[in-house]
Amino acid sequence: MNAVRARVLIAKPGLDGHDRGAKIIAFALRDAGCEVIYLGLRSTAAEIISAATSEDVDVIGISLLSGAHLFLTSELIEERDRHSLQRVPIVLGGIIPPRDIEVLLGLGVAAVFPAGTNLPVIVQRVIDLASERRIDAP
Amino acid sequence: MTVEASRTTDSGIEVERIYKARDNPTDLEARLGDPGQPPFTRGPYPNMYRERLWTMRQYAGYGSASDTNARFRYLLGQGQTALSVAFDLPTQLGFDSTTTEALPEVGRVGVAIDTADDMTELFRDLPLDQLSVNFTINATAPIILAFYIIAAERQGVDPAQLSGTLQNDILKEFVARKTYIYPPEPSMRLVGDIVEYCTTELPRFNPISITGYHAREAGCNAIQELALTMSSAIAYSTLLTERGLRFDDFAPRLSFHFATTLELFEEVAKLRASRRIWANIARDRFGASNPDSMRLRFFSGCSGSTLTAQQPLNNVVRSTVQCLGAVLGGAQSIHVMGYDEAMAIPSTDAVTLALRTQQIVAHETGVADTVDPFAGSFFVEALTDEVEQRALELVKVIDDSGGAVAAIEAGIPQRWIAENAFRIETAMADGSKVKVGVNAYVSEGDEDELELFEVDEGGRDSQVARLRQHLERRGDSASAALVALAAGSRSDENIMPLLLDAARAGATLGEMSDIFQRAWGTYKEPALW
Repeated sequence: MNAVRARVLIAKPGLDGHDRGAKIIAFALRDAGCEVIYLGLRSTAAEIISAATSEDVDVIGISLLSGAHLFLTSELIEERDRHSLQRVPIVLGGIIPPRDIEVLLGLGVAAVFPAGTNLPVIVQRVIDLASERRIDAP
Repeated sequence: MTVEASRTTDSGIEVERIYKARDNPTDLEARLGDPGQPPFTRGPYPNMYRERLWTMRQYAGYGSASDTNARFRYLLGQGQTALSVAFDLPTQLGFDSTTTEALPEVGRVGVAIDTADDMTELFRDLPLDQLSVNFTINATAPIILAFYIIAAERQGVDPAQLSGTLQNDILKEFVARKTYIYPPEPSMRLVGDIVEYCTTELPRFNPISITGYHAREAGCNAIQELALTMSSAIAYSTLLTERGLRFDDFAPRLSFHFATTLELFEEVAKLRASRRIWANIARDRFGASNPDSMRLRFFSGCSGSTLTAQQPLNNVVRSTVQCLGAVLGGAQSIHVMGYDEAMAIPSTDAVTLALRTQQIVAHETGVADTVDPFAGSFFVEALTDEVEQRALELVKVIDDSGGAVAAIEAGIPQRWIAENAFRIETAMADGSKVKVGVNAYVSEGDEDELELFEVDEGGRDSQVARLRQHLERRGDSASAALVALAAGSRSDENIMPLLLDAARAGATLGEMSDIFQRAWGTYKEPALW
């Protein structure tokens, strides 16, 4: 991990255009030494997983504020698993009602950061997940 | 904290320990004028709230047209004085409810509207000749306007009687709100078509609401917000005058939209400065001869980004201060946020309390009794001048880059926003900006869970079924009108009559938007870095 910088893909699936949070996270991860690939708005699950594969990322971060997080996250997890990228954790931030957090973790999301999560907490968790993936790598 | 430590406003203006008469310009009287007279610093109307309170307009919409119709009736029953429609993302982005892209989002952040029939249902038993309606719609604004005109006609209401506002500000979509579809140039043509059409056909309706609110919510500061709003207004006015419209014919119907955050004095200063700047721009750049063309009227949506998921009831207090700021700044209409909006779209309780907040500020505090109560305050006048001057410097930066469209294509305002948003977040993380309940006075242990609003998935299913039935019933009877629309999109003629024909023939929002996309393509925003 020390020798190689963590590679993180940040994307916004669905139609939601609120990208303030996604960009803040992208800046913060870059400042923390990560390689950040920002895929931008209205990315489909297929586009996200294709970029994750070609960029060989350690973590996928998505941001959703439109309320469509359960559907879009399950779709993304299915697409990831179909491409045998199970070892690439998916984290999610945005407007997420507390009742949905357990559901999302149950679906296989590695971490959920609802509105109000402290920025350094998010950065550290993403870096930790990236390190775990690197250690697990065959 | 020591007394000597310097203090600055959110946008970086240094605040002195004390302000005195000498801090104000000698020509203060001229800079202020009387309320209702240019340069309108003290307010757009002579009697302001003594004659008429601001319009209480809560933004609302979810599920199907009938679901939202029920919410509208509830709000009107609680004393709301006008309507404001929230559309779902598929409607904003030109997808019919039956498409793959739409399905996860149908009815979630607003109401799903696919056809003129849906719009008719949205306003069932709500008399459109008596109700002012605001539409937060941009890329698909001309289609929504066509649906609305048809809904009015079906009620027997002459479109000339319609009052309300179409947001129709596409530039800020590219900058911040991000529900753009087509590239800037054809998008601007649609804005022009709408304003031109409304100037003759809907003379009581505001065909555009030029907005700094979303750039502010996305992260820029008050001065940048004001400058971006003015640069957009300049770009639209230039477009319209180049199309041959007289400025004095359309300018009186231009309306504006600002945020009001918790930085109370700076916000009041910004709102007062906005009126003075616009009056001067209208006169000096566009040769306004009618005072109505120089009169800036605005809506304020307070500020959702200042609200917190932690200790959510604190948001009631934050919203109250913001509502007060909008009133002291002279707003014509106001939306107050629900206290639970950092977690979900607002519950009925949260919406009701937001409306009650406005009613309490209006009727129990006396703030509406005199016009522009901050006038002559050494501090507020000094701040008003400073905000005005700094905003004009940024307007010049945009002018020098070739105007609002060129600046957006170069990513200039997008960078202002992203950098300032990151600065704010970093200041919260290191504690230099205090946020109660988040980085200070944090609650120990579990907080009470709120009853959050849940969108009923049934609304989506019924909307999908409704659209399928509509298409079956309609068959191919809209084909000729859609062919004419396609031809019109490739010519210079005003698109509104063609959209009205297609919508009357039963064309869907998605069909009409697809025609535009085929003619003009789809915008893709520049990379972040």
